[in-house]
Amino acid sequence: MAAYSLTVNGTRQTVTAPAEMPLLWVLRDLLGLTGTKYGCGIAQCGACTVHLDGAPVRSCSVPISAAADKRVTTIEGLTPNRSHALQRAWLELDVPQCGYCQSGQLMSAAALLARNPSPSDQDIDAAMNGNICRCGTYQRIRAAIHRAAGEA
Amino acid sequence: MSADVTRREFVKAGAAVSGLIVALQLPAYARTAAGALARAGSVLRPSAFLQVAADGTVTLWLTKSEMGQGVRSSLPMIVAEELEVAPAEVRVEQASADPKYGEQFTGGSSSVSGLWQPLRTASAQARDMLIGAAARTWGVPAAECAAEQGTVVHAASGRRLPYGALVAVAAALKVPESPRLKDPKTFRVLGRNARRLDTPPKVDGSARYGLDVRLPGMVFACVARCPVFGQPLSGYDAARARAVPGVLDVVPLESGSLAVGGFWTYRLPGAVAVVAENSWAAMRGCKALDCRWDATSGVDSAGLARIFRDRAAQGGILGRNEGDAETALGRAATLVEATYDVPFLAHATMEPMNCTAHVRGGRCDVYAPTQFPTGAQQVAEALTELPPAAVEVHTTIMGGGFGRRFEMDWVIDSIRVSKAIGRPVQVVWTREHDVQHDNYRPASYHVLRAGLDGSNRVVAWSHRVVAPSILAWHAPGALAPGSPAAASEALDGAAELAYGIPNLRVDYCPVNTPVPVGWWRSVYASQNCFANETFFDEVARAARRDPLELRRELLADSPRHLAVLNLAAERAGWGSPLAAGRGRGIAIHKFFSDAIVAEVAEVSIGKDGLRVDRVVCAIDCGLALNPDTVAAQMEGGIVYALSAALRGAITLEGGRVKQSNFNDYRVLRMSEMPRVEVHIVESADDPHGVGEPGVPPLAPAVANALATVTGRPVRKLPLATA
Repeated sequence: MAAYSLTVNGTRQTVTAPAEMPLLWVLRDLLGLTGTKYGCGIAQCGACTVHLDGAPVRSCSVPISAAADKRVTTIEGLTPNRSHALQRAWLELDVPQCGYCQSGQLMSAAALLARNPSPSDQDIDAAMNGNICRCGTYQRIRAAIHRAAGEA
Repeated sequence: MSADVTRREFVKAGAAVSGLIVALQLPAYARTAAGALARAGSVLRPSAFLQVAADGTVTLWLTKSEMGQGVRSSLPMIVAEELEVAPAEVRVEQASADPKYGEQFTGGSSSVSGLWQPLRTASAQARDMLIGAAARTWGVPAAECAAEQGTVVHAASGRRLPYGALVAVAAALKVPESPRLKDPKTFRVLGRNARRLDTPPKVDGSARYGLDVRLPGMVFACVARCPVFGQPLSGYDAARARAVPGVLDVVPLESGSLAVGGFWTYRLPGAVAVVAENSWAAMRGCKALDCRWDATSGVDSAGLARIFRDRAAQGGILGRNEGDAETALGRAATLVEATYDVPFLAHATMEPMNCTAHVRGGRCDVYAPTQFPTGAQQVAEALTELPPAAVEVHTTIMGGGFGRRFEMDWVIDSIRVSKAIGRPVQVVWTREHDVQHDNYRPASYHVLRAGLDGSNRVVAWSHRVVAPSILAWHAPGALAPGSPAAASEALDGAAELAYGIPNLRVDYCPVNTPVPVGWWRSVYASQNCFANETFFDEVARAARRDPLELRRELLADSPRHLAVLNLAAERAGWGSPLAAGRGRGIAIHKFFSDAIVAEVAEVSIGKDGLRVDRVVCAIDCGLALNPDTVAAQMEGGIVYALSAALRGAITLEGGRVKQSNFNDYRVLRMSEMPRVEVHIVESADDPHGVGEPGVPPLAPAVANALATVTGRPVRKLPLATA
């Protein structure tokens, strides 16, 4: 066990955890940020996607030791009021069904738009292929990303 | 529940129970709670489901579980329509598993259809009582008053009172037994696209699923079972697990069985739970157990396939018998024969199985993302030996259900562990545990034969279905795999073949395997429709007929089928030329919810193999309460079915499931998503459920499209192995 400092959604946090404890479980079980979801534990489904220093990562596969002294943004920190163009597009197109994967979908999409403000369908495929949705909302996710890009 | 119900009958019975709750329970309820409250003058509650408070707040007690299908929007819309308020003004409160709400389960695409009349009636009762209260207050005839946007208005005098101001007077009025329901032509909410009410918390991380339940003093647990079905663990290393930082306890769970509700028998396989301070420590501790078992026991997929084939050679239980199929097949000018293999499938909901329980001195609370709150209640009562009033099931929203959350294994885990340690505990299943310990969509084997006469008319059809019984797995003491109820369930979608063929025979051969089976979105229709509709194209080829034309001809007496078929074909551009290497296929299915869906798939074969480029879907679901939700359910059903059709297979080796996670149980991803178009047939019929009906036609539509490209018929799923 060791103490690690990291900045989560703009707030400095210190946690005591084994070095190999995944960031996902630090966020969910130690910091109480349950918006980031567990889906597979092996970086196959994307439900746990957060931004680490601005880059999208699968938090189930990032040990806390690798997140130390870095900036973490979770779905709770994307905006304080659902005002991100993607969140608005998600609402306008009623993207979610069960909604469980959508935190990860939104974080992957937000990282995509941050580096590519008008992505093509191929860009969306490449950026979003790591995020599984079992309710089958892919078509709406694609449309919502295009819509948000149009507004951005 | 009686022992002779099929799931469909169960669904219908459940719907009937729900349907009767107002009618049957209202008198007693009105005499007690509502009556007392009426005297207090605080609320108007004409049924257990619905209340209008003195501040005007409308509350709907939701007896259905939200798993993505939209009941938290569709059901408030029904209330809003009849009660003349805005849908967003209907506050939704999840009902606990209390008998006053009737049997609570969510499945069989029955939520909207089952609550359609009860909710309209209860809402109309409340509306009419509020109108009556206004009329009494103003001393005018009720017929001169109308409800409008949460108020009652008297147009002649221009007077208007909000509902809240009328509650005290209304609550003292007699509940009208048969209130006037609105003419659907005057609907202003239902039948129009509306944004779902439950979306905002799903885009900012604030939605609370089962896994997000947090209680003071709560710990986490992970459970290990023997990976070989039906076998015990022969040993494990508890000390090693205890040595993992954060691990608090190792709790053995004895094997046995649990009979509840006079119908269900739940297997309790021997298992061991590792309790820890957090989820990850529990998972690590579970791995550290290093469980051992007898590796030589158990079945494999090849052996099961032989068992299915051997069983097909024996007699089946008749599900439908018209004319004389055997004789007609014997005399046919052309005999078409094919067999079909369909694999076991996991549900793989995005949110892995989990449940939080708190058992302590004389009380049990269960926080369950469950499709079956009544079942969870019964299980908790049986495990804790507490009276019903001391047990409360709190149903959470869930990250997908698809039938998996009808099961009780994970609920039982959490109650047993909490009972053992006396603390609130959240049992978390890993994805690996979820994939390897599911109740799987049954594998099946189908023998199909059809006879054509000298003019290539289809004169005979025979379908033998070989599959394990889901009902018998869940109620081994109540019914046998060969019982009429089990047969009726397993033949769903096979026995009801809609084609006009004079000689028809459909029968069922039950097989017993150690593999747990369960209800998977659309259940046996997912296998039977694949076999039927893929075989139909083989018959059409043998008859040298266009598969759409032959379907039209044999559905000539089924106008709803024809309308759906024609709408899908027309929007898909059936018959228009396709580029080389591309193909088009069609399939149609009437689901037991009475919704009819036709799908046209367009496929291509490129360097990466089969690709589904486009799916055009047409549905007749009666009145579409929120057409956009119907479209979403069709999109979702198509993706769920396409994942299964392309690569979905659970296979067994040495008695255990080979697949373990999304790396080897692969599901559809963004880059493989076809363009999906949904078209809804205009209909004024009562609504028919839409959660499942999008699934069955997809696999045969794709298989039929693929066969036109390769020239080889498809007789096996998944297509990647066909």
